[in-house]
Amino acid sequence: MPKSPENLLNNVLDRYERNGNRLMQILRETQEALGWLSPETITAIAKSIGWPRAKVEGTAGFYSFFHNQPMGRYRVLWSDNITDRMLGNINLMQAMCEKLWLEPGRVSEDGLVSVDTTSCTGMCDQGPAVLVNYRAVTRMTQERVTQMAELIQKQIPVAEWPTDWFRVDDNVRRGDILLNNAMRPGEALKAALARETEQESAANARSWREGVGAAAHGPSAVLEEIKKSNLRGRGGAGFTTGIKWEACRHAPGDERYVVCNADEGEPGTFKDRVLLTRQAHLVFEGMTVAAYSVGAKKGYVYLRGEYRYLLDPLKSVLTARHDAGLLGANILGRRGFDFDIEVHLGAGAYVCGEESALIESLEGKRGIPRNRPPYPVTAGFLGKPTVVNNVETFAAAALIAAKGGDWYRGIGTTKSAGTKLLSVSGDVERPGIYEYPFGVTVAEVLADARATETQAVQISGPSGICVADNEFGRRIAFEDIPTAGAFMVFDRSRDMFEVARNFAQFFAHESCGFCTPCRVGTTLLKNLMNKIGDGHGTQVDINEIYQVSRVMQTAAHCGLGHTAPHPLLDTLEKFRPAYERRLKNLTFQPAFDLDGALAQARQMTGRDDLAAHLENAE
Amino acid sequence: MNAPNRKLRVATTSLAGCFGCHMSFLDIDERILKLVELVEFDRSPITDIKHCGPCDLGLIEGGVCNAENVHVLREFRANCKILVALGACAVNGGLPAQRNHLDLRDILEEVYETEGGLARGSKIPNDPELPLPLDKVHPIHEVVKIDYYLPGCPPPADAIWKFLTDLIAGRTPVMGHGLLHYD
Amino acid sequence: MSNVFTIDGQEIPFEPGQSVMQAALTAGVFVPHLCYHPEFRPHGSCKLCTMKVNGRPATSCTTPAAAGMEVENNTTEINDKRRMLIQMLLVEGNHFCPSCEKSGNCKLQALGYALGVMSPHFTEFFPDRPVDFSHPEMLLDFNRCILCELCIRASAEVDKKNVFALSGRGLKKHLIVNAESGRLADTDFAVTDKAAEVCPVGVILRKRHGFAVPIGQRTYDLKPINEQVERFKPVTPATKEKV
Repeated sequence: MPKSPENLLNNVLDRYERNGNRLMQILRETQEALGWLSPETITAIAKSIGWPRAKVEGTAGFYSFFHNQPMGRYRVLWSDNITDRMLGNINLMQAMCEKLWLEPGRVSEDGLVSVDTTSCTGMCDQGPAVLVNYRAVTRMTQERVTQMAELIQKQIPVAEWPTDWFRVDDNVRRGDILLNNAMRPGEALKAALARETEQESAANARSWREGVGAAAHGPSAVLEEIKKSNLRGRGGAGFTTGIKWEACRHAPGDERYVVCNADEGEPGTFKDRVLLTRQAHLVFEGMTVAAYSVGAKKGYVYLRGEYRYLLDPLKSVLTARHDAGLLGANILGRRGFDFDIEVHLGAGAYVCGEESALIESLEGKRGIPRNRPPYPVTAGFLGKPTVVNNVETFAAAALIAAKGGDWYRGIGTTKSAGTKLLSVSGDVERPGIYEYPFGVTVAEVLADARATETQAVQISGPSGICVADNEFGRRIAFEDIPTAGAFMVFDRSRDMFEVARNFAQFFAHESCGFCTPCRVGTTLLKNLMNKIGDGHGTQVDINEIYQVSRVMQTAAHCGLGHTAPHPLLDTLEKFRPAYERRLKNLTFQPAFDLDGALAQARQMTGRDDLAAHLENAE
Repeated sequence: MNAPNRKLRVATTSLAGCFGCHMSFLDIDERILKLVELVEFDRSPITDIKHCGPCDLGLIEGGVCNAENVHVLREFRANCKILVALGACAVNGGLPAQRNHLDLRDILEEVYETEGGLARGSKIPNDPELPLPLDKVHPIHEVVKIDYYLPGCPPPADAIWKFLTDLIAGRTPVMGHGLLHYD
Repeated sequence: MSNVFTIDGQEIPFEPGQSVMQAALTAGVFVPHLCYHPEFRPHGSCKLCTMKVNGRPATSCTTPAAAGMEVENNTTEINDKRRMLIQMLLVEGNHFCPSCEKSGNCKLQALGYALGVMSPHFTEFFPDRPVDFSHPEMLLDFNRCILCELCIRASAEVDKKNVFALSGRGLKKHLIVNAESGRLADTDFAVTDKAAEVCPVGVILRKRHGFAVPIGQRTYDLKPINEQVERFKPVTPATKEKV
């Protein structure tokens, strides 16, 4: 007998103990069960978690993957990163829409299916990619489009679709200490625990915060190794990990959290996906090392909604670690060393990669970056001291715990210890994951990936830097080009204006909307790029881009707004002719299509005489 | 060195406006006698000249709601060295732009076909003499380049006077408290 | 003695814990702002109070005052940016002052005057936004919403009602009310609520009270907003309760 909606909802609510902090998971699972989040469902959820209804609606309305109206039993979202564009996603999407008789963004009349675009799903090395009911499908082709449309029309459940479609390849092309490590689960932890001297080992793992203080050197010995290693955050900003951990460890309060940022939303980045696929133990082990060091009992992995398919495998790894005594109470038999990890799934919001927005989201709220200070290390999740690190940072920390800070520091460059995973995509023969010691040049990476006729590389995603061919001697390192990992390659056949336009659309879609300059500015930039791209631009519009950018860079609330103009400013500097060749003239052009604005009146009056038209240019 | 003392040539028009800004202009009252010593009028409701010749200054009241507005605005832009958006409608579309959230189809049908009181069989007029409406009403700066803005519904006569005398005297017009308002 | 910093060269005393904004207002220095209100927790979203603190841009309502800071406020460079922020807000919503009940008492408008905003500059977005006329005494005209969240904070922090919240993201962000129907009439909103009086623009309005004050006698007809600095008064404990 089918379960009633009430039952389904209650099951979900019970699973999350009617706890508002778990609202994201409640909303997701409810939507998975009921298809969409109706006003009545929102009311019921709000009531059961004891939140104002409007606040629940506010959370549900913030994330792209939650919908407050039915979006069809099949929802197909085409990843719309520039790399998908280069692989022809738009034509394929249009073909799919034609087969299904619908317009992008609209639900079919029978309520069966909707097709739309979504921000980069992290499959750039095997695109064009789609999400079908939030499950990743890679390597879309015309043939797959046809088959998929047929399966949808025949209403075949997604679970019965060809399994090969859901295959996600790791494409590891070059491994180093991280990807080639052969450590067994628990090895790093054992090494960490072994760093205790005899007199210290009697102490509880977290005794430093229970009054024993300096006496408990076990955790601080690990911290010392992390500091010695000079490990810096791998999410892009490059904050020194040891300092972050130490600040959290010393922050007042008796509850601490360790959060792994796996909200890998920067277009062109997919290395965390591969780490979580191949090295989940290492990542969890790094989190556990962090927990041991700072004194946390609870950890969360914030996994981006696009990686929904990784949820069950990751849960299995967590179970295995529990069974092996590597998670839970008294880890490895050490009394008081308790730590648990839960996976929190995001729901389509790039801004949640910002650590304070991520914490807000983890608390069930809208993903709005907080005002800082206070920083998460003193007031993070639930206001408690919290360490937030990138997936790759935790993996590296596990290696350091096992092999020591000096060893790690010996790899890479002076200011950039260790290795970096690069997600290489675009115009290369061998897209995929490349791990290099810091200091590798752009040219070396291009050679390894067998790129030819390369015009530009977008490093660290749209918010990073666009590097032209005269700069290929530059190095991947904090001293030169810092990166979160994206490495998108464009050969000479590519139009760098279209690259920038795609990124402008991305930021306009992903702005959280909190502050004026970013909320409005990203849309103004998008509109200006569309105006130029559609052949109506002038020098005035280029000047406008600079003006709007300056306001955003000065006044925006967080990094998203500060960096959103980067791709435009970079390409204007390095590929200006790509803009100039599109300009209509240098003076002024109307902001809209004048003749097009008369089309409706022409149609209604049946007129088509000369006076019923306008020249778009004077 | 003296500034050129020839009279400035000024043109004015009202597009999608109510002529309220022109009325306000006339509210400068007797100062208009002083003004005609400094300027001469080209195309304007004051002169009834039908087309604009080369001018120093063009004052545009009203936004752009139809094809004719576009032609007139372009004529002014082609002939006026300085073009001024005069009043709320020219500046941001004003009252006429409040139709912008409605579909033009619904508006035309309502006005010409379905509203009560219309003669039987009323149709949307299709006389080529009539300018076609744009699907939205736009501020004039979205159609041509505008050099100065003087908001207000209407801008007060004192503001118009201040603006013109500043401009004639070669000063960048600055509207202080009481002269700059949007309503 | 040492609790002093400067704004545009003027010495500003402050009490520890005060923000740059609070200290500035206490000293009678005009700081453009829309989302700041002395009775609520600052959050710094409108960005109009952006200043340069020791050379770096910062939101003055969320920046703690510190001894020796050198702050730039009323400079051409900063005011140019503020003007553009006002213009961004103007094109984002539907701001038709001649037909707005709040005209003359509207902070967005008054700041436009103070900063010399002569036009919206950008292309108008002309968004399609609703009006909620359901409540017997109050109306909501969302066309004018600038998303300052003052009503949200007033309703949550003072009224303890949570009548208002935000939904949507980015440019689709919008104000919502706490009712399944989405109608104000179905909330426990009351005309006596703090949230009923804090809207800086013309969204939350009392019915049958529009245009009561003749032109020429409205708040910002009398004196420009930069000459009406609401001196900061420390918030009384009753309204400072934690939420």
